[in-house]
Amino acid sequence: MLTALLLIWPVAAALLLHFVRGGAARALAFGASLVELVLAIYAAFQFQTDYSQPHFELDYAWLASAGIHFHIGMDGLSLLLVLLTAFLVPLILLASFRHDYENPSVFYALVLFMQSGLIGVFVALDAFVFYFFWEVALIPIYFLAGVWGGERRVQVTLKFFIYTVVGSLLMLAGFVYLYYMTGASGAARSSDLAAFYNLQLSAQEQSWLFLLIFAAFAIKMPLFPLHSWQPDTYEQAPAPATMLLSGIMLKMGIYGTLRWLLPVVPLGASRWVGIVMVLAVVGIIYGALIAIRQRDMKRLIAFSSLSHVGLMIAGMFSLTAVGLQGTVIQMLAHGVNVVGMFFIADIIERRTGTRQIPELGGLTRATPLLSVTFLVILLGTVALPLTNGFVGEFLLLMGVYQFNPWLGAVAGLTIVFGAVYLLRMFQRVMLGPDSSFSAVIRDLTGAELAVLVPLVLMVFWIGLFPGTFMHISEPAVNKLLVLINR
Amino acid sequence: MLSIILLSVSGLANLFLGFLRSNRLILPLVLLVLAAVLAINIFDVDNSSAFVTELAQRDYLRGMLYFDQYARVFTGVIVLTALLLLPFSQKYVQDDNPNLAEFYSLMLFSLVGAIMMVSYTNILILFLGIETLSIAMYVLAGSDKSNLRSNEAALKYFLMGSFATGILLFGVALLYGATGTFDLNQMGAAIRALPTADASLAPMMYVGILLMLIGIGFKISAAPFHFWTPDVYEGAPTIFTGFMSTVVKTAGVAGFFKLLVVAFGGDTIPFWLPTLTTMLVLTLLIGNVGAVAQTSVKRMLAYSSISHAGYLLLALVALRSGMLSASAIFFYSLAYSLATVAAFGVLQLVYNQRQREDYEGLNGLARTNPLLALAMTISMLSLAGIPLTAGFFGKFQLFNAAAQEGYIGLIVFAVVMSAIGIYYYLRPIMAMYMRPAVEGAEAPVPVTALQSVVLVVLMGLTVLLGVLPGLLDGVLNVQ
Repeated sequence: MLTALLLIWPVAAALLLHFVRGGAARALAFGASLVELVLAIYAAFQFQTDYSQPHFELDYAWLASAGIHFHIGMDGLSLLLVLLTAFLVPLILLASFRHDYENPSVFYALVLFMQSGLIGVFVALDAFVFYFFWEVALIPIYFLAGVWGGERRVQVTLKFFIYTVVGSLLMLAGFVYLYYMTGASGAARSSDLAAFYNLQLSAQEQSWLFLLIFAAFAIKMPLFPLHSWQPDTYEQAPAPATMLLSGIMLKMGIYGTLRWLLPVVPLGASRWVGIVMVLAVVGIIYGALIAIRQRDMKRLIAFSSLSHVGLMIAGMFSLTAVGLQGTVIQMLAHGVNVVGMFFIADIIERRTGTRQIPELGGLTRATPLLSVTFLVILLGTVALPLTNGFVGEFLLLMGVYQFNPWLGAVAGLTIVFGAVYLLRMFQRVMLGPDSSFSAVIRDLTGAELAVLVPLVLMVFWIGLFPGTFMHISEPAVNKLLVLINR
Repeated sequence: MLSIILLSVSGLANLFLGFLRSNRLILPLVLLVLAAVLAINIFDVDNSSAFVTELAQRDYLRGMLYFDQYARVFTGVIVLTALLLLPFSQKYVQDDNPNLAEFYSLMLFSLVGAIMMVSYTNILILFLGIETLSIAMYVLAGSDKSNLRSNEAALKYFLMGSFATGILLFGVALLYGATGTFDLNQMGAAIRALPTADASLAPMMYVGILLMLIGIGFKISAAPFHFWTPDVYEGAPTIFTGFMSTVVKTAGVAGFFKLLVVAFGGDTIPFWLPTLTTMLVLTLLIGNVGAVAQTSVKRMLAYSSISHAGYLLLALVALRSGMLSASAIFFYSLAYSLATVAAFGVLQLVYNQRQREDYEGLNGLARTNPLLALAMTISMLSLAGIPLTAGFFGKFQLFNAAAQEGYIGLIVFAVVMSAIGIYYYLRPIMAMYMRPAVEGAEAPVPVTALQSVVLVVLMGLTVLLGVLPGLLDGVLNVQ
């Protein structure tokens, strides 16, 4: 029931927003997202010790004639991602307070609506429920980016929408096939996750099913070379939409792979793992090389994200315990870091009117708080020890190394390259010779601090005490690993 | 039967309302009649749950009409569609159109034809139903007398339509010659027995079946018999285009399904299935690819209606799954009708004010009329089959029925086609939300209270069926 409440509450709040005008809308939306956070934390404390089993399940006959159930519930892995979503959405809302968006009630309603869709993806235990929320999450972000975005928003969002929907339709085709196979032995058909896990499919079937389903996930993550929608969309979308996309929505693809792909078609995964690995590593290098050459801060962060996600994919497809654990921790860390980075880029753009790195410089003197928080989050992204990025990327690299030492060595370049372009950006934006903005720029305000301080605390919390989170995800990941290696 | 009687009588009575000095009474009265018919249909009991088995009780006209659950459910969809569509014709009332009473009477008569098409058990009744429906439509397509396009549409529709009618009738005659009966059940039995019993008559029967497929394929605008559709849909007044693409299609597909299952079932299926499958593939391809290139929303919707005929044919091809196919057709035609009515309704209202039917005509609608824009958006998403709308579960059920019969290749093709569909269904949304209004068209489009309520109902039903599709589970209890 608690899961259903987590799912319904943001939608209910979004509907309520319709009756509110102007500034009250953002306050109400923020309040609603805080309630959601409290609910999620409450759920975490209510968890019995067994993190490998779904808790707070709801099973309702959705389309009884077809054997489709509205089945939702949370195990440790789902819980962590629900917590991440519930933690980031209030911050994203708070971060948008400085902007004056037209039709604020609709804008914030869409953000909350999106939150519901995301949580639905993370708690679905039935393939059609999963697909349902997967698409539902797309609609609000399409409008957020398409209506409130930058100049080229119309073409960019069209590309984004068609890219992702084509992927999802392929995934749907795969799910429909799996659904039919559950009835092959004469049993009633079911699209339940457990029924999918019990399927006995030939390696040949699994091989093309893997391609169908992975198409949707690979586009969402995105895996090189399916990433071409990403930098444009990140750049054109308004700041809160970019944060939602990069902070949470991207995790849908990784989560989907962990829960709905690898354990369902393990033989298919082992058939394609080599190619995916190589593509992921190529993505790491490619993203990093382009990031080095970027002059636009937002685009630089977008490509850096591409590079770091490449490492997550590579670690995940090592199909080792450390690799999967690293993926889970890095999902949290990346969510925190990338939201922080985009927010800081947004702050700087709002103050100076530009995102072009060469036009900036010497901002640090007037803005000690901004510099410190920027540096901490940046170092988290660079994966300095004691920060959140280190734990995740260390585990991921270990996983890749176990898979193949050479690939591991190349993947390690993520960190080296990351240090290069990120520190160089910091140096040219914050340090360096004074620009026309150095004297006039204002330091962080209270609301901005309220966003960045929790993020900075998270950087250290995950960096210093990763056990808090790993012990939640470990049983769930081990269970997945058993299924993958069956 | 009560619905047929009520609609016919009120259609006749409605003609006399034309003598009144004011037209204002007509629309409310027609809506009232439709609401009454719908209520009778929902609560009435002149049905049994058997699906065209042996005709025992409650058959009419010596067993030529039979009101089972199947007929009742599709009558419900047809009448509901008409009830929700007609409020958008208010402009004609305000303009004091001199032939208003005749228009509404023709609509009521065409509904009678549509109901006959879903409740027949005799091929003659099917033919009569199709003709009653079509003749009313020929006139309505040309009802905008001063508009050249409308005249062209009527003439085109009439010429092509009567040709198709001839083919259909030829098919009926040949089948009668081969089997010696018009009765659906007896004909079905005779057709199944014929190839072994009397092989010399078999060619006659096969030709008859093919001619009937062509005739009905024309009526539901399946490719390659679709050429009239874009021009007629574009030329006819928007409200009647909406009527054609919903009521005619629902009745046509439901009647077609019944014909195929009862009369052409069993061993005959392998004979005509390749033909129907080819029609399906062509229809999907032409509908979707054709829609991409359009600049007029109305023409895009015309092609989209062709493509939806293609999706519905998927259920006909998979007819051996029986119940699954029938309920898929029911769910899909309801979802499609709701979405299409909303789309044409909004288009009609926008046209009233801005006199445009292209994409630019919709520009900036989100700012001037948020309700209209939202209704159009939900309608487009439903037509595209995006979750949260009824269209998704409609498509799902169709694919489900097809998968049951193992047509994986067709499903994959249909999925690819729906991916194309997303492109052109997004275009109105982009125009409404992401582009400013064309100069001189910044004024809000006037919407009456009734129209707003209807739009809210349409959106509500579409989303409700998209979230709780189980509500209609088991409504169609076909045996």
